[in-house]
Amino acid sequence: MRVLSYRTLRPALVVAMALVFIGVPLWLVLVTSAKPQGEAIKPNLALPRHWQPGTNYRGTFDQGQMLRGFVNSVLVVVPSVVLVLLLGAGAAWVFARRSGRLVSAAYALSISGLLLPPAVITIVMELRQLGLANTRPGMIAVYTGMYLSTAIFFMTGFIRTLPYELEEAARIDGAGSWKVFTRIVLPLLRPVIATATIMVMLFAWSDVFYAFFVLGGGADATLPLNLYQVASAALYLNNWHLIFAYVALMSLPMVAVFVIAQRRIIAGITSGAVK
Amino acid sequence: MGSASVLDRLFERGRGGGAGFATPSQWTLRGRVERREAYSRPEAPATLEEQTAAPNGAASGREAGTSSGSSRPRRRGGRPSTGPRGGAKRRVQHPWWFALPALAVFAAFFLVPNVLNFFYPFTNWSAFHSSISFAGLSNFRTIAHDGSLQLALRTTLEYAVGVAIFQNGFGLILALLLEKDTRFNRFFRAVFFLPVLLSALAVGYVFQALLNQDGAVNALLSDLTGTHVDIAWLGSTTWTLVLLTVIHGWKWMGLAMLVYLAGLKSIPGDVTEAAALDGAGAWRAFWAIRFPMLAPALTFNVTTALIGSMNTFDIVQATTKGGPADSTQVFNIYMFRIFGEGLYAQASAMSLVLFAVVVVIAIPVILGMRRRERVLL
Repeated sequence: MRVLSYRTLRPALVVAMALVFIGVPLWLVLVTSAKPQGEAIKPNLALPRHWQPGTNYRGTFDQGQMLRGFVNSVLVVVPSVVLVLLLGAGAAWVFARRSGRLVSAAYALSISGLLLPPAVITIVMELRQLGLANTRPGMIAVYTGMYLSTAIFFMTGFIRTLPYELEEAARIDGAGSWKVFTRIVLPLLRPVIATATIMVMLFAWSDVFYAFFVLGGGADATLPLNLYQVASAALYLNNWHLIFAYVALMSLPMVAVFVIAQRRIIAGITSGAVK
Repeated sequence: MGSASVLDRLFERGRGGGAGFATPSQWTLRGRVERREAYSRPEAPATLEEQTAAPNGAASGREAGTSSGSSRPRRRGGRPSTGPRGGAKRRVQHPWWFALPALAVFAAFFLVPNVLNFFYPFTNWSAFHSSISFAGLSNFRTIAHDGSLQLALRTTLEYAVGVAIFQNGFGLILALLLEKDTRFNRFFRAVFFLPVLLSALAVGYVFQALLNQDGAVNALLSDLTGTHVDIAWLGSTTWTLVLLTVIHGWKWMGLAMLVYLAGLKSIPGDVTEAAALDGAGAWRAFWAIRFPMLAPALTFNVTTALIGSMNTFDIVQATTKGGPADSTQVFNIYMFRIFGEGLYAQASAMSLVLFAVVVVIAIPVILGMRRRERVLL
């Protein structure tokens, strides 16, 4: 009897939880993004009396510099992801296949970033001295340094499970190290590359803290930095209508990536986690 | 796994070696026979055992070499054999330069700043001096005397504990509700994963709009109860911090759910079946059988929760900016504010304290959980 009641109650419970915990916040974002400023000052779940989604979403482009922010985000996140994956794969290959005390030490050092916090204040100091403060290359370098540990950790674990014979067969066929790496190892890494990509993107696309320090405001500001500026622009008169139009648009790329690659992302995250 | 098996072997060797002179018990004898067999086995299956010890390959190889007493040459490193041309050749096959770019970038933009962070806190580096000179412990004295050090420490630790509880709790509940692999469940897993995809800053704004004194939650409660509700959700010096950890847990619950789902899936069916045959109800079977077997998932989730909350900033900045009365001022909020005021060395000092907190508190907790997990499984 108890099992039966759970069985019938469970779907209702799941739907109710989804409505309250996901539906309400999502609904708030969408309705508020269609309201005029006057109605949006006190945010509530009511439908707009006066609909103006067009004005608000256009506002995110004029006032919020949405397009520039998007381009800036792409120009920072994509190179970071590519660098993390390529450099990480090379290092992971060496760490997984070689042995010895030096390799163990180098491996331990390179995955220390999994746990240790980045020293954000002195990063700024260093970037200033290198002439990379407030530049995109500086931001890319910082993100790459921060997420290399994650990539190396996942990839090394994964390469250790790959059969060595595959590499060996290529060697016997006369392939050099570079060829073995690009033709054999990298393609085999595909599942874990998907995981690492989504992990790095999740963090880098939405990061605002490190972007504050490295990029500041300026012309290179990424989407989250722009959002912060939109939200801080009107100190006394909250512009929730613009903020939420911005939030909705800014979240679309990640949601799109998730919808397209859902199965691989879920498989990747779960296989990487439970070792 | 790796170090455990090495430890096992060391332990066994100690006993076996002693027993060689004293009366050999059946147990050690069996151990020795097995070892002999392991060495006389054909190469291929033996490598399976070696492979599991890969991280400590060198150590285990050396250990096994001395303990076996046989003169059979053993390669260091425990890789599948490639025949007589093994060792030296292999070294060239995975040249170091593949690892160098990663090591260089990581050293330059992660390690060096962390090393510099042991130097600048002891200087007067700020926006107000053109030169940087040694200042001893004055920065630490300042942040300790005005109480911000203790405050940031306490707030961040409370925040971390709260996030660990809520992120895991929400994730586990969702995983159990959506465990079976049906179309319905798959859809709702994606729904509950949605907050993970949002930027934490956006999440903060959403919850500020919900929880403001004239925000959506109070409006909803007013409508439901028919009276005017104006709870200052974000204005309590005790409960707002807890609420922020709930929000943080909400943002990441989808990830925790996926990890727990994977953990649940990895539990062999016959174990739960056996529990059911023994008469365990669903509740008992969960707490006695399935929950202990979720230890790796728990470790992973607690780790991400701890590390994520030590470095938290966005949610706090978007909801309370560290208030009310600095009661939610975590490390990164303080650093951000004080850096903005131009007191760079002071911010750097706080950054060093955060580093120390992670090394002294978070890492031992995580390593301890990993060790416990090995004992359990």
